Amino acid sequence: MRHGKYRFLAGALIVPLTLYGVFVLSPYLQAFQLAFTNWNGVDSAPEFTGFDNFSKLWDDPLFLAGLRNNGLMLLVVPLAVIVLALALAAGTRGTRVYRVVYFFPQLLSVAIIAVLWQFVYTPNSGLLNGALAALGLDSWRQSWLAEPNLALWCVMAVMIWSSVGFYVVLFSAAMESVPDDIMEAAAIDGAGPMTVFRRITIPLIWESVQVGWIYLGIAALDGFALVQIMTVGPGGPDNSTEVMGLGLYRTAFTFGKFGYASAMGVAIFFLTLSIAVLLLRVTKRERVELA
Amino acid sequence: MMNLTRRSALAGVAAVAASTGLAACATAGGDDGDKVKQGDTSAENPLGVSADAALEVVIFKGGYGDQYAIDAGSSLKQKFPKVAVDHKGIQGVGEVLQPRFVADSPPDVVDNSGAGRLDLATLVSAGKLTDLTSLLDAPSLDDPSKKVRDTLMPGVIEDGTFDGKPLVLNYSSVLWGVWYSKSLFAKHGWTFPKTWDEMLTLNDEIKKAGLHPWTWQGKYPEYLNDPLVSLAAKAGGFDLVKSIDNLAPGAWQSPAMLAAAEAIHQLAVRGHIMPGSEGLSHTEAQNAWCKGQVAFIPCGSWLEGEQQAVTPAGFDMVMGTVPALTGSDKLPNGAVMAASSESFIVPAKAKNVPGGLEFLRHLFSQKVARGFAENAKALPVVTGATDGLSLTSGLGSVAEAVKAAGPNVFSYKFRTWYAPLSKALDDATGELATKRINPQQWAERVQKAADAVAKDSSIVKHQR
Repeated sequence: MRHGKYRFLAGALIVPLTLYGVFVLSPYLQAFQLAFTNWNGVDSAPEFTGFDNFSKLWDDPLFLAGLRNNGLMLLVVPLAVIVLALALAAGTRGTRVYRVVYFFPQLLSVAIIAVLWQFVYTPNSGLLNGALAALGLDSWRQSWLAEPNLALWCVMAVMIWSSVGFYVVLFSAAMESVPDDIMEAAAIDGAGPMTVFRRITIPLIWESVQVGWIYLGIAALDGFALVQIMTVGPGGPDNSTEVMGLGLYRTAFTFGKFGYASAMGVAIFFLTLSIAVLLLRVTKRERVELA
Repeated sequence: MMNLTRRSALAGVAAVAASTGLAACATAGGDDGDKVKQGDTSAENPLGVSADAALEVVIFKGGYGDQYAIDAGSSLKQKFPKVAVDHKGIQGVGEVLQPRFVADSPPDVVDNSGAGRLDLATLVSAGKLTDLTSLLDAPSLDDPSKKVRDTLMPGVIEDGTFDGKPLVLNYSSVLWGVWYSKSLFAKHGWTFPKTWDEMLTLNDEIKKAGLHPWTWQGKYPEYLNDPLVSLAAKAGGFDLVKSIDNLAPGAWQSPAMLAAAEAIHQLAVRGHIMPGSEGLSHTEAQNAWCKGQVAFIPCGSWLEGEQQAVTPAGFDMVMGTVPALTGSDKLPNGAVMAASSESFIVPAKAKNVPGGLEFLRHLFSQKVARGFAENAKALPVVTGATDGLSLTSGLGSVAEAVKAAGPNVFSYKFRTWYAPLSKALDDATGELATKRINPQQWAERVQKAADAVAKDSSIVKHQR
């Protein structure tokens, strides 16, 4: 009978595994192979070019601009989202209405978020400039997405806005599993709300926070969809919002250099992997066992 | 019904998966297969179409629709009733056809247009396209004494010529100019300026009347490049256009190009551009113009069709050709930048190359072209196709501009040939129009990008 069960399992898995192999694993492997060629997207026999594509990355100003901007996003976005989400989760303990509201952006697709925020930022009839004018702050009005010094921050604000809700819900759920008696005991011992939050809540929900760091770190290395739809150029003005994913897309589909774009993909793959591992290491803490 | 057990179904799936796994490599080449040989040629059948071979036609079904290609198919079928025309009107031409080009089993005719089309320069350098010379030298469908090449507007063949070989034929003629509302100008007593100095003077007057003189589609800076490089071409003549396309050293810093950059820069310096334009999408900028808030907007001849739904009645938009840059321009005043779009190709590895060429002969006939002008509201590249048609104000002004220009029609190739250079130019022009760089810095930056392309051995170079 046991034998039959394994046969059944294998039979049930073969279709999804094959699909996964053909549509997920094989493109990955091919990208690694193409990264060492000069494939132009239509040629049947690309030439092998060794590590040329990878050494070119280091003097490609567009790729370096993307690297720089993704780096800044990596520093800002995860930290901002986690701090905001923790604050909102702690501040709205027990009131579910707010969580539902915070979660709304999560229900919209990235494309819709990008289009909506483009309307918010648009200079002459946009919500943001309109609000500033209504408050009498006319001198603060800007062409938000057309200012090289502001554009990336505007994109990051949208990233933060759109992801904070998910982490509020995640952290709230974790906080609810913190036993009340521990909190009460701490309060009786004279700990203020800040101390309780820092010394009790955070350590007890740290695993959720760690997951947040990694997911947000990976998201900060992307940003393609928002930048592609929202920004001037896209990627502008003057490459101030260029991200690596956009550079890859342009290199492949506009410049017709699929081999070089694959090399970018491989570089981004290893970069993301290293960042994820690094974040896991840095955020590692003793696990608190709740008896 | 076949008796299909679960096990045999699974085995079948596994076998299919294994074979696709092997064949799905992105670069697996195909074989030549069963190519249709060229039949005997005659006056009636100059391209040697075999009377019963199948013909697969893939058309980009975008803003222009695909009725004109269906018409061409029926026209061909009238002559060769046994040819089975397989017409496909699709979007995302690149995604659909890229694997077929890689596998060397492409369709017989492709309209490689629209967002996500295949990069033409790449197809050319990979040798994937048929030389269209035999089609161009064949007698035209309407008048056997006239070759196909003599029925096309000036510049069309050159537009699709790569290193001396005509490989692409574009169907729709696009002109670039500066658009304004005839009724608005009549109301204020303004006339479209003939020189750039007059333009700047008129702009001051427009400002006094409480309107913004210019806006542009700032989110996509290439829109402002069009008047810029048009001004340069007028001042510097065909030689300048060629030297730009041939990546000649210092071409972007030549006096004509610098003066053109200075001219556009002046719009920004003198406050002639509507504030915020640099952050507007093409729709936002064009709608502001259609609402009468702005006098001028640079755009190609598709503007009228694009704005159809929001243009108020009596707006009467017309396209003016870009004014002369100096008093001593090398090209006369009516000279205009024009190019053609809707790129038709016959893939080199198509099964039925003669059939594909014959399809194009029908496509470029008077009857089909007329239908295109009527249905798609755009100018086909076939000369005389719009004669006698009553045209809308915009399309009429475009047709007039073509006539006024005569042989003085110019177009730049670098946008198709060298996408990285276009990207650098767009970035620089965006900065120029916001006064963050001056014309000298603009020229320096673009020249640097041109030099980088010239030096990059991985980019295939072309000459004209």
